[in-house]
Amino acid sequence: MNATAIIQLYVFVLAGFVGYLVITRVPPLLHTPLMSATNAISAISLVGSLVVAGANRGTASAVLGFIAVTAATINVVGGFLITDRMLRMFRRHELPEGEKK
Amino acid sequence: MSRELGIQAIYLASSVLFILGLKSLTRPAFARRGMQQAAVGMLLAIVGTLFQQEIIRFDWIAGGLILGTVIGYPLGMFVPMTAMPQRIAISHLFGALAATLVGVAEYWHGGHGSTIGHGQMAALGFEVLFGALTVTGSFMAFGKLQEFITGTPVTYRGQNAINLALFAVTFGLFGYLIFFPTATFLFYLMIALALCIGVLMVLPIGGADMPVVVSLLNSYAGLASSATGFAIGNNVLIIAGALDGASGFLLSVIMSKAMNRSFGNVLFGAFGTPQVAAGAKTAEGLTVRSVSAEDAAMRLGYASKVIFVPGYGMAVAQAQHQVRELAELIEKKGGEVKFAIHPVAGRMPGHMNVLLAEADVPYDKLYDMDAINSAFPETDVAVVIGANDVVNPAARNDPKSPIYGMPILDVDKAKSVIVLKRSMNPGFAGIENELFYNDRTSMLFGDAKASLSKLVSEVKAL
Repeated sequence: MNATAIIQLYVFVLAGFVGYLVITRVPPLLHTPLMSATNAISAISLVGSLVVAGANRGTASAVLGFIAVTAATINVVGGFLITDRMLRMFRRHELPEGEKK
Repeated sequence: MSRELGIQAIYLASSVLFILGLKSLTRPAFARRGMQQAAVGMLLAIVGTLFQQEIIRFDWIAGGLILGTVIGYPLGMFVPMTAMPQRIAISHLFGALAATLVGVAEYWHGGHGSTIGHGQMAALGFEVLFGALTVTGSFMAFGKLQEFITGTPVTYRGQNAINLALFAVTFGLFGYLIFFPTATFLFYLMIALALCIGVLMVLPIGGADMPVVVSLLNSYAGLASSATGFAIGNNVLIIAGALDGASGFLLSVIMSKAMNRSFGNVLFGAFGTPQVAAGAKTAEGLTVRSVSAEDAAMRLGYASKVIFVPGYGMAVAQAQHQVRELAELIEKKGGEVKFAIHPVAGRMPGHMNVLLAEADVPYDKLYDMDAINSAFPETDVAVVIGANDVVNPAARNDPKSPIYGMPILDVDKAKSVIVLKRSMNPGFAGIENELFYNDRTSMLFGDAKASLSKLVSEVKAL
């Protein structure tokens, strides 16, 4: 195992730990938006797809990259939009007009 | 070098924004803005990547980005909330597909394994293995939720043995490939087997167990993304994938607990099939009291404390708007209305909350199981709308029942109960529900939406 791999493993474990701590505090109320949100965020694999599609490694690679970019973009665009749509619906009980929070 | 440094700085910023976005979900009032910041983080990461030196042609990229946006926009804006479980399931498919294809492309790029080290091969193998099984698994889950694949568990003799053997062979291939990355044929065989695993894994799982499966696939899709990060040496992928993996895993654990079952039991148990325990109580000799909409409306109109208990039946009948209307009428007449949400009510985590929020029910009236159970004894009327197993008292007091030990909503402790139900068919688990035969329970038979509309007009007329 080289040094980079070890650092990657550190990053993975610590990120998973942060995720665990944060997500345990998300109320069940927002579990569906949580799911669509994490799904949109993990569509960051778009970054890897972009490299495959644009690195000029031959047609086959470009086609694979193209499909991957498409699939990941669907999740980025659709995922963030639908999360926002859901979160917009959650409102509190009878706030007096003009009052925020 | 400075360009590379700039890109890494952007990735770091994106990672921070992602974590802050998730953190914002702990407080509903701030959630929307937090997620918008996370979306900005995503945009930054994408733009930053386009400046990478490796990227020299943009035609395929532009095509993918445009096509993805064209497909993604309607999936985000126009899919109705009732279709949310299948919408989430299909998005796991897209995420996992992207990860799998990147994995295959990287394998090619590495001379079919000839220039790939053991460590990188472990990451690539993990990526395509989990990616591929998530692709077909999510498709199956999507099919079951969309109901073009039967929602009842499909079982056959030796099913678990076959699945376990398939798992063993596939993971064996994975292990072999780590040591011999150039075994090209085995690489593709592993992908093919992983695709089969996805199908066979979800086939025996019933509709009501979907919350666990959808959460688990969420976790797998995240782990596949994370593995992509390992394989191509990109930290923001590792971080985002780990967040997704942790979230999915945590949700699956919460869902399993709420059903009082282990992961293994959900995946290998095929709950819905003739598993009715020999000693389980049957309905023979018991009678149910049915009630007319007029009488039920009378009781609701003059009740001072009412709790609604929605279940999958409400989602199927799309009755959430009628529920809200009825609740508002009761409040106008001076009653206090709350909603009791069981963690596994519906087909995915938080399903009921989203539906009720869509119908404009304020979220401070939605109560989790632990928060509301103590309130049932003081409740005048509890209204159960298309929920069954999550309110079955057998879970508390019949050790022979298959659902014994599962945490439930204590609806039977309310002063009176009205159950809206299509017919007397037992729930998915095929278990009789003694709540329906309780002295204080009245049944209002019929389609939930129609019954609720009737109740609304009757209460109005009071």
